[in-house]
Amino acid sequence: MPTALMDLPEKEYILPGTRTCAGCGLPIAYRHILKALGPKTIVTLPACCLTILHGMYPKTPVLVNAVNNVFGGTAASASGLAAGLKALGKDDYVVLAMAGDGGTFDMGIQALSGAAERQTNFIYVCYDNEAYMNTGVQRSSATPSGAITTTTPVRPKEQPKKDFIQIMEAHHPAYLATTCSSYPMDLYDKFSKARHIQGTRFIHLTVPCPAGWGFPTRETIKIGRLAVETGVIVLYEVENGVFRLTGKSLSLAKTRRKRPVEDYLKRQARFKKMTPEQMEAFQKEVDARWETLLARAGF
Amino acid sequence: MAAQILTGNQTAALAAKLCRVQVVAAYPITPQSKIPEVLSEYVERGELQAEFVRVESEHSAMGVCISASLVGARAFTATAANGLAYMHEQLHWAAGARVPIVMPVTNRGLGAPWTILNDMQDSIAQRDTGWMQLYCQNNQEILDQIILGYKVAERLLVPVMVCFDGFRLSHTMMPVDVPDQEAVDAFLPPFTPPYQLDPERPININPVVMTDPLPGSDGRLHPGYMGIRRRLQEALESAVDVIAEEGRIFGERFGRSYEHPIIEYQLDDAEIVFVTMGSLGSEASEACDLLREQGIRAGVASLRVFRPFPKQAVRDSLCRAPRLAVVEKAISYGLEGALATEIKAALYGLNDRQPIVANYIVGLGGKDVKPSDLCDIARQALTFGRHEDAPSHAIWFSNEI
Repeated sequence: MPTALMDLPEKEYILPGTRTCAGCGLPIAYRHILKALGPKTIVTLPACCLTILHGMYPKTPVLVNAVNNVFGGTAASASGLAAGLKALGKDDYVVLAMAGDGGTFDMGIQALSGAAERQTNFIYVCYDNEAYMNTGVQRSSATPSGAITTTTPVRPKEQPKKDFIQIMEAHHPAYLATTCSSYPMDLYDKFSKARHIQGTRFIHLTVPCPAGWGFPTRETIKIGRLAVETGVIVLYEVENGVFRLTGKSLSLAKTRRKRPVEDYLKRQARFKKMTPEQMEAFQKEVDARWETLLARAGF
Repeated sequence: MAAQILTGNQTAALAAKLCRVQVVAAYPITPQSKIPEVLSEYVERGELQAEFVRVESEHSAMGVCISASLVGARAFTATAANGLAYMHEQLHWAAGARVPIVMPVTNRGLGAPWTILNDMQDSIAQRDTGWMQLYCQNNQEILDQIILGYKVAERLLVPVMVCFDGFRLSHTMMPVDVPDQEAVDAFLPPFTPPYQLDPERPININPVVMTDPLPGSDGRLHPGYMGIRRRLQEALESAVDVIAEEGRIFGERFGRSYEHPIIEYQLDDAEIVFVTMGSLGSEASEACDLLREQGIRAGVASLRVFRPFPKQAVRDSLCRAPRLAVVEKAISYGLEGALATEIKAALYGLNDRQPIVANYIVGLGGKDVKPSDLCDIARQALTFGRHEDAPSHAIWFSNEI
């Protein structure tokens, strides 16, 4: 039973005045993640946009304990928090590892793979804005093909996005889910569920980035929704090996009214150099993945 | 207290157990591998109550230790050579985060090309990470300095490397006096971090820091980056005295004093002094005896503490000697051995009492160093009559191509 908006906890764990860019999807997501996980959360984070959100010493707008760590070490840091808390008999804390796509898909993959294989008791969130946004929109392995970045400035990225979610599923986590900051209730429900599961929980969170993707700051929610409505992002969860579509993706599966990817791509400056042929190829890629996931969900 | 015959690695694991470490991050690398193996047995048999995290890399091993320490657990790991180099980023992070981790380093040469055998290039290359570095002459010192290391680290909130020569100590059995658990407990109380993770008063540990001090919400000025760096340096400067004080207390409790940062042998009338670290100190003492039988007044100053660098003790120990042979198993490429540079720097300003210093690089990649080799070194160093006679570069003591 999805949580109703009116039933969201009133308590806020992020004070107004974070240092994220205008229109950033991250504080929307983080606000609801912390509402779901509560005050006994210890977050660990590498150098990333979330570090910026957390602010500069000696002030922070975040009302949970936070441990910053090196770029490639988020899951190791979380493993240390989990081990330290267990050694001290503090079993009522939630360890939340939260890193961007660079600190997860790329540099952080070793530590995350190791921690997931050990079935470390933590929630790992990769908030994916599809490039190294904190350092100024450089290509990552999460950047989709056809996107312009500051390290693919002339010829857009040629290779498709790394299918990291499948890599994580191959680690047999206790819980795996995808979500998007444009659907805070879907996100809230998934983190509420993850909180009460033991073992490694991995959540892939899509976060639209107006600065890096090139759309007006007022359209953050709309762009994230378009990502889901076009099937570029699919909302689902895997619990005990059982695959389930959720939220908007589930209703799309039922109604079969997926929008063309062009509706999503055309609103973002990063895709302005895509040719009609590349858009067609992108559409085919999205369709193929969608059909696979539909079949998996029993449609 | 009971004597046991132990290898250096077994000794290090036993010391960690006596220190009641609470989180162990374990990753194997030759010649250190036996340390996590022995500890895993202790944990699985229930002899040690600790979380044993079988990490996937040394980079993660240190990451686990740092965060475990930040939540208040006594954390331990061990490494060597390229594993230590792989940790490099995390070593800076540990010192900067001011976590009191103690880590044995079984000194091994760094690739490329590969060697598994001993020199000190690995730990010397980590000299500037903000860690304290203690070196051991024998297995007894491994045990004692790990216990002492936690005491000092937790007092100053600075991590400690306890370095000992790979294979030469790590795989060599020696009698070790093992103190009772009660005695160690009395010397080393449980770790209590200076802050608690409190949901009512949340903190952001190791955040972004600006260059200059900024006011907090309390209106007080808090240090900027440089101020935070200065505090680490001040802690390391004060560490010279803290190590001496705790080393003296250790001596009162356990009968083996670690008050002085330099192990001195036959220094009073020495005309040539070997200055060295680690197990080379034992070999230099042998050479010293041989030389004295031949009428050459040799002595040994073996540094037990390399960081913080015991500058005053070095001056006091060495200012009477006319000649020094700084013999070391590492080199700072492009100049000379780092120990030689630091010894010379410590002696700067002694004017007419400044010894003539010759620097010898020996034993890289496990190259054997016999007492007779050290005797040859001493005889050569004695021929340098004036400062200008000693070569301005390091002398490679090796007879091969």
